[in-house]
Amino acid sequence: MRRSVLRHGVGLLLTGMLLGTNPVVATTQEPSDSVAALEALTSKVAAQLRCPVCQGLSIQDSPTELALEMRAVIRDQLAEGRTPEEVKAYFVSKYGEWILLEPKPEGFNLAVYALPIAGLLVGAGALVLSVRRWTKQGGAGVAEGMVGDLPE
Amino acid sequence: MIQTIGFGTIAVALALSVYGIFAAIIGVRLRRPEFVRSAEAAAYTNFGLLTVANLAMIYALVTHDFSVSYVAQVGSRSTPLFYTIISLWSALEGSILFWGWVLATYSALAIYLNRDRPGTLVPYSLAVILGVGAFFYLLLIGPANPFGRVWPVPLDGPGPNPLLQNHPLMAVHPPLLYLGYVGMTVPFAFAAGALLSGQLDDTWVRLTRRWTVTAWTFLTLAIVAGMWWSYEVLGWGGYWAWDPVENASFMPWLTATAFLHSAMVQERRGMLRVWNLSLIVATFALTILGTFLTRSGIVASVHAFAEGEIGYYFLGFIAVVLVFSLVILAGRSSELRTAGSLDGVASRETVFLFNNLVLTAFTFTVLLGTLYPLVAEAVRGVKVSVGAPFFNRMTIPLCVTLLFLMGVGPALPWRAASSEVLRRQLIPPVAAAVLVAIVSVALGLREPYTVLAFAFGAFALVANLREYGVGVRARMRAHGEGVLVALGRLIAANRRRYGGYIAHLGVISMAVGIAASSTFRQELDATLRPGEVVMAPGGRLGIRFDELWGKDEPQRFVVGANVQVLKGEKELGVLKPRLNFYRNNDQPITTPAVRSRPNLDIYINLMAFERDGSSVTLRILTEPLVFWIWLGGGIIGLGAVVALWPQRRRRTAQRVPGPTMAAAGTGEGGR
Amino acid sequence: MNWKRSVIAVAVIVPVIVLFWYGLSLDPRTIPSPLPGQPAPEFTLKLMDPPEGVGERGEVYTATAIGADAASAGTVSLAELRGKVVVLNFWASWCLACRDEHTALSEVATLYRDRGVVFYGVLYNDTPEPARRWIEEMGGQSYPTLLDPGSRTAIDYGLYGVPETFFIDPEGKVAYKHIGPVTRALLMQKLDEILAAGGEGT
Repeated sequence: MRRSVLRHGVGLLLTGMLLGTNPVVATTQEPSDSVAALEALTSKVAAQLRCPVCQGLSIQDSPTELALEMRAVIRDQLAEGRTPEEVKAYFVSKYGEWILLEPKPEGFNLAVYALPIAGLLVGAGALVLSVRRWTKQGGAGVAEGMVGDLPE
Repeated sequence: MIQTIGFGTIAVALALSVYGIFAAIIGVRLRRPEFVRSAEAAAYTNFGLLTVANLAMIYALVTHDFSVSYVAQVGSRSTPLFYTIISLWSALEGSILFWGWVLATYSALAIYLNRDRPGTLVPYSLAVILGVGAFFYLLLIGPANPFGRVWPVPLDGPGPNPLLQNHPLMAVHPPLLYLGYVGMTVPFAFAAGALLSGQLDDTWVRLTRRWTVTAWTFLTLAIVAGMWWSYEVLGWGGYWAWDPVENASFMPWLTATAFLHSAMVQERRGMLRVWNLSLIVATFALTILGTFLTRSGIVASVHAFAEGEIGYYFLGFIAVVLVFSLVILAGRSSELRTAGSLDGVASRETVFLFNNLVLTAFTFTVLLGTLYPLVAEAVRGVKVSVGAPFFNRMTIPLCVTLLFLMGVGPALPWRAASSEVLRRQLIPPVAAAVLVAIVSVALGLREPYTVLAFAFGAFALVANLREYGVGVRARMRAHGEGVLVALGRLIAANRRRYGGYIAHLGVISMAVGIAASSTFRQELDATLRPGEVVMAPGGRLGIRFDELWGKDEPQRFVVGANVQVLKGEKELGVLKPRLNFYRNNDQPITTPAVRSRPNLDIYINLMAFERDGSSVTLRILTEPLVFWIWLGGGIIGLGAVVALWPQRRRRTAQRVPGPTMAAAGTGEGGR
Repeated sequence: MNWKRSVIAVAVIVPVIVLFWYGLSLDPRTIPSPLPGQPAPEFTLKLMDPPEGVGERGEVYTATAIGADAASAGTVSLAELRGKVVVLNFWASWCLACRDEHTALSEVATLYRDRGVVFYGVLYNDTPEPARRWIEEMGGQSYPTLLDPGSRTAIDYGLYGVPETFFIDPEGKVAYKHIGPVTRALLMQKLDEILAAGGEGT
């Protein structure tokens, strides 16, 4: 793999992750009428809230009655004109931060987003440097302890 | 009676394990082979003892002996026999008993197969694996004792958790999971043995490669079976929720997959020794972490068994394992380092290195996400959730990258590739990828990661298939064989490589299935009267509610709906979604009805009903290509079996009659 | 054997172990509610018709019997209860744990009626028929139950499940939320605390 491809690859990875679209929930067709649009937005918000009576499922996925009722609340609030952020804030005011399925990216919570990315970057950097070092040494004799060349 | 047998056999097993640890070490250090032999005998005996204990428990369950505490906990006279037997692993104590048996079996087998190996590695490994066993036996006579005595003896019991009685996959998922999880103990023991004995060459890698692949295979199948169970039973139409315990089984899978690849780099170039040892240690540590998470109550999860003091036992064990492993690993690391070298950047070795990078980053991300709620509470004092949206956001890019690498790896040769070779190998897969991307976007697909998943899936598919094509064609030309014969002989001559490509195909199938079913999933809630038809989302199939029925079963009352799937006027088949009302539970458990076809799954959940059958509320889901997820899992298993199939001709002589472990200590560094 | 590296490696692990140790002392299932200390969410809910006849304890309830002024159109709203201590108990007939607390609630409700404390049950994800049957089966109930169709009020109160009990002080703030069945002792203790803090209600 050429070095430039490598760099582009890492860049693509990062951009992708940072822009990170919401988890794949939406359908491919753009809703053409407002009822479907409201429904789609309700689903999108519901997918970001945790069902209080299930283990880890979102309100969108949960088949329980409470989840259905919470979706109705979301739908009504969105229909009134509230923004998704406001709807989420409402639920946080009732249930606490726990109700959000993704930690709010602020303050200490940033660690859970930043550390994996940092880890990947550091690892990639170390790997690139190692590969460079190793290819310079390449061909300079077979390393010890190597099993005989396998016929493949 | 049963209690005495059960408790007694395990107590003896514990004593023998402790004895064996000392005997093996003394035998190796003081050059007294008879001690080592006696430690081996302890391992074999433990297998017998744990088998007896498990059979005793099964007997107690089947005969409804409620004087045994575990039977009183999960047994019930109204549970069908099949589910009674598999309730052996339905709750904490029984599952640890089963774990103990799997571990004892693996230990005995691993030691037996390597008993004549010269050198000091195996006795140390024996000590380590007996040590792990000792911990679990200690749990079984302590906090997780299934053989307690119950008095007065109850007449009946509550039965296993209803969720665990709903589907036959419950017979399959836990045993497979344990075979995988526990299987990782053996490579760990051998790695530790290598570090302790100082026998730091590649012996341990060759000893354990088959074990690791076998355990990996079981783990893969277990995870897919778990996904399938979740899909068929839990009623939300999904198969992976990034639940902490799902993550706990996935993390060792990731590191083991990394090891499978980087071990090949070690075999060819003698490098990455420290890295590979670290991967094995990490894999084992993650399996123990997984068990810890399930059983300590430290994170709330679908799987969480129970809490109590057992969490502290596991914590102590994890601490010992981690400290022990890191001490010997870090301590020996300077002796292990070799000057690494690569012939070229564009080589399969480099791809494997990047594969390891991505898999490790993946593991790290999942670990961080799973543990973050705990960290946040410790630091901020607030409870937060880290759920599917987080994990999907952070790992989908990594998954897509892995899909890409899965195509590049097979396309590139070992050592180095000229630009000529690169062009020849990469152009067809790239062309396929571009084509698929264009077609997808043209058909209206706008989700970027889904487009990438399809494109890279095509890329990897073409790359892996081409390897087959090129190989078959070469054989046909060289030996004049027909296509099928050439294919068979090609695979047989190099099972590891071509089995691996098959496994790749399985992963591609799963990836495409997952991408399609999550992107194109559609949902509809409908309340229907008998005879009413509603169009399923997607508009091509109709769903008609016919009638509501009820059935009284010993352990539950079942309410079901007969729902007919229609294509126009034609009846395609009846689905029967159900609500199960178990005697001892507040809420009913839904059993969805699924119609699975290669192109589309129709998934129906019975949400509510009128008692007189005048109407039902159904949730109807349509998800395309789910079938390919389960098929893909099977293909991975097939590929692994092919890769593991023993070759008749061995390259290096492995059984040398003469100096055996009896000569332990005199033959350092023997191969 | 490189001991220095070993020690460094071990030092990295120690914080992880400590974290797990801390984690074992927590209970992942208790989620602290943001409501205590906040003004109690407003509601206006319909009264459920009581069951036919009187329970074996001889308890009868009507809106007038307990002194609530909210008989208008058979609804009760929180605003009208300002000045009283309100105990709001969310329950359902399918809830097994609700049976454990039923007696305690009815008894304490009667005991504290004259001290300006009103009890209301709120029905959660249930219908009046089975609820009435449940009350009859349990021997009556000394306070009325409100209906919450669509669980709007339950969600407004951040309900995770039943039973949950909210204690609202005379100023209309949520003083305390209890998850799970309450006991007689707990009810009395909390009510005494609130009454002492705010002075007796009217």
